[in-house]
Amino acid sequence: MSREPAQGAVVPPPAPGSLGPEAHVMVGNADMFVNWSRKSSLWYLLFATACCGIELMQTGASRYDLDRFGAVFRASPRQSDLMIVAGTVTHKMAERLKRLYDQMPDPKFVISMGSCANTGGPFYKDSYCVVKGVDLLVPVDVYVPGCPPRPEALIDGILQLQKIIEKKRNFAKKV
Amino acid sequence: MEPQALFDAVKAKFGDAALELQVTGFRPAFVVVAPASIADIARFLRDDLAMRFDSLMCLSGVDYKDRFAVACHLYSMRHRHAIGLKAYLPKENPLLPSVDAVWPAANFMERETYDLFGIVFEGSKDLRRILLPEDWEGHPLRKDYKYPDFYHGIKV
Repeated sequence: MSREPAQGAVVPPPAPGSLGPEAHVMVGNADMFVNWSRKSSLWYLLFATACCGIELMQTGASRYDLDRFGAVFRASPRQSDLMIVAGTVTHKMAERLKRLYDQMPDPKFVISMGSCANTGGPFYKDSYCVVKGVDLLVPVDVYVPGCPPRPEALIDGILQLQKIIEKKRNFAKKV
Repeated sequence: MEPQALFDAVKAKFGDAALELQVTGFRPAFVVVAPASIADIARFLRDDLAMRFDSLMCLSGVDYKDRFAVACHLYSMRHRHAIGLKAYLPKENPLLPSVDAVWPAANFMERETYDLFGIVFEGSKDLRRILLPEDWEGHPLRKDYKYPDFYHGIKV
């Protein structure tokens, strides 16, 4: 890693008793490096609950090829960083979804895909069995609207999530 | 076989257990039977050589507000004819003999009818909720069903 400050990196003034400006540069770069590696390998959980899952499969398949953004599906929550909630979540499914989310290792991210996962969608008014939005269960980072969203929309959601991850501060304090 | 001839055959064998034939407004026509004898009549309809209703297309529940009904749609692959079988049940404590010994496919549909209407099928092989969680309270497709406010802490 270069000892020079990276282009555009924020170098805070050295605090009293610190190791000097180079230490700060080192810390800033470690954040960038970690965020870059996290956003470039967003392995998502192979998990679909309704018709949005078809679009999710299309996004992952060869035509739209989510693989080029480093996002591939994993069949186990233990190996996943990202949960794409694709479709209607019922109260019976809610407990399973929460358990899958709890089984994922930190750091973990959630994309809510489609109207059903966002708000309950067409089942919002008169349904006893549909959870009115997956954000009642797990924290959501990105909402992708659509019924179902096109693969382009989901790819845009992944790119938005990558932008969110780029801004995370893992080691340095906020300046 | 025409519905009227079929109803007469059931009437000749089971007498008063065959209550009426509903033709207008229904397709296929419905043979309304007494609830207690539905399993025997179902077995007769399946095994009789002139009937041979070997396929249970659908088994569903109905809530008429003052009473329940269970409707079976039957089809014969051999003779290519169809008929409905219906039994009216009281609003309080609806009980019906199970037909899953006659058509094994009835089991899942009986479980669904039990789940959503609370109609109990006596002698069923396995009568549990099938769509809703095991600890769900009430039967949602009943007309007088009241929505719960929360389920396991999640707003409904």
